[in-house]
Amino acid sequence: MTTSTREANAKAEAVTAVKPDRKFRWYRWQRRFAPYIFVSPFFILFAVFGLFPTLFSIYLSFQAWNPVQGLGSMEWVGIENYQFLLTDPWFWKSLRNTIWLALASGIPQHLLAIPLAFVLVSVVHRSLRHPLTAAYFLPYITSTVAVAIVFNTIFGTQFGVLNWAINGLAEWPLTSWMFSGIRDQMPINWLGRAPYIKPAIAILVSWKYFGFNVVLYSAGLATIPRDYYEAAMMDGATALQRFRHITLPLLRPMMFFAITLTIIGNLQLFDEPFILTNRTGGPSESGLTLAMYLYRTGFEWLDMGTAAAMSWVLFLVIGTSTILHFFISGRRGLERRE
Amino acid sequence: MVKARKNGPGLRPASWLSFLLLLALALLTVFPLYWMFVLATHTRETIFTAPPPFMFGTALERNYEGLLATLPFWRNVWNSVYVASLATITTLFFCSLAGFGFALYEFRGRNVLFGFLIASLTFPQLLNIIPYYLIIDFLGWLDTPRALWFPGMASAFGIFLMRQYIASTISRDLVDAARMDGATEFRIYWSVALPLVRPALATLALLTFIGQWNNFLGPLVILRSRETYTLPLALRSLQGLINTDWGVVILGTALAVVPLLILFFFASRQVIEGLTAGAVKG
Repeated sequence: MTTSTREANAKAEAVTAVKPDRKFRWYRWQRRFAPYIFVSPFFILFAVFGLFPTLFSIYLSFQAWNPVQGLGSMEWVGIENYQFLLTDPWFWKSLRNTIWLALASGIPQHLLAIPLAFVLVSVVHRSLRHPLTAAYFLPYITSTVAVAIVFNTIFGTQFGVLNWAINGLAEWPLTSWMFSGIRDQMPINWLGRAPYIKPAIAILVSWKYFGFNVVLYSAGLATIPRDYYEAAMMDGATALQRFRHITLPLLRPMMFFAITLTIIGNLQLFDEPFILTNRTGGPSESGLTLAMYLYRTGFEWLDMGTAAAMSWVLFLVIGTSTILHFFISGRRGLERRE
Repeated sequence: MVKARKNGPGLRPASWLSFLLLLALALLTVFPLYWMFVLATHTRETIFTAPPPFMFGTALERNYEGLLATLPFWRNVWNSVYVASLATITTLFFCSLAGFGFALYEFRGRNVLFGFLIASLTFPQLLNIIPYYLIIDFLGWLDTPRALWFPGMASAFGIFLMRQYIASTISRDLVDAARMDGATEFRIYWSVALPLVRPALATLALLTFIGQWNNFLGPLVILRSRETYTLPLALRSLQGLINTDWGVVILGTALAVVPLLILFFFASRQVIEGLTAGAVKG
């Protein structure tokens, strides 16, 4: 306790000494317990809505239970739910889909966001930087359901804007070479045919989240001292060399952080595939993610035990990926900060 | 307009080109949202034409009538406003209160409790979805809006955000001075601390409101009837229909996005900084 609080105590006691004893005791009491009372709502709510139910779901993952039939119908089945998952073709399919989507919608985001942030910070005038950043960031704050509905029309087969644009680019002499392979597959049925669903989802996810990463990387770039660039320029380093040997290494801590966020978010992908495939997962479940499969198992097929087991497997997948990422790039990246 | 910053990493010769590329990408990014407003003014017949429509049509009124005929639309808007507002008000109160407690008091167990709070942030949201549903069912709160705002009103993220801000703006001397005047601890929080942390409160309010407004998974497992649906669920319910009237669906979608666009237009800096705060300051 600091001297001033002690003084305050003394004064409080002096003031209240003349007043009725009850008021004094109340004052003392509230002084002592106020911080506990202030922070308690979080812990009470977390215990009731977070911790207890999560622990319960461990227990539940060893049960067979249909919630419609009441708590009495719960039946201990041991590790059967987990065994079932390991032999369930849909589970493996949705796991593969999830990992495919995490990579295909995660990697382009960062490959785009890093150079974009670099140009934004180094070339664009200060007054224009924010409007551009805000434009990139805009999709991030819009409702996923809303934008997924809009993308439903963008991905239309006959009259969608995307196919229209691809057709245009394929006919334009300057870009036609890039699209020679796609040409004979037009018009692409993005959401109706199995091989195109995942790319369609990845396009939506990349569009929605790359702006978030641009902001992260811009902030990371702003912390790199200018002197480094000046020194490199004196030594005659080209812009590309400066980017490669100064920017990239110094950006690694931020890259580590941003990629971690992407991994955790992408492995839980739900809203986007749910709306784009009209909750089914699409033809031959090629757009079914683990999160969607979990939802369908628990809330459509009312198999809560298996769904609970699945959520723990998903937790394990996320945990393993994060740790893997840490060992591959994080340790080295974070050390360089020193 | 464009000029290379004198001391920056410098890409002078390519400045104009790269700026144009950035601008093109920005337009491309905003295009789907622009197109949403265009389609909202078109009928099914004019949406599905080649080339697709890029200019505003004339079917806005027709689509609006169609929207009111297919959905209790304004009821759904009200549900969204209600849930998001209650979530925001309660979050502001409980998070600032706990943030105040963590930032300005020394008490036994403080560091352990705060560490626990931070640890709870790393739990993936999906892990909680089945148990969350069960506890709501157990309480008999299915299909009620309170299931959506009540459990999260003292969010760990909000407390963290407020604690950081309070710790950096309010000194313990100020708190002690208020104590000398005989103020109770709650009174110090309410009359001394709260007015000083308005900027952080505004940021937290924006983030909470946007998050609740867009929340899909929570309402999806909790809400059961068209009358209690929030906007994302109501829009989603239009999707399964045969011969979806896309003009109508997109108009509903556009109307659901407008409030956020307005918020973002006036407070984009605060929203962006708030949403990336954990990352940038972390």
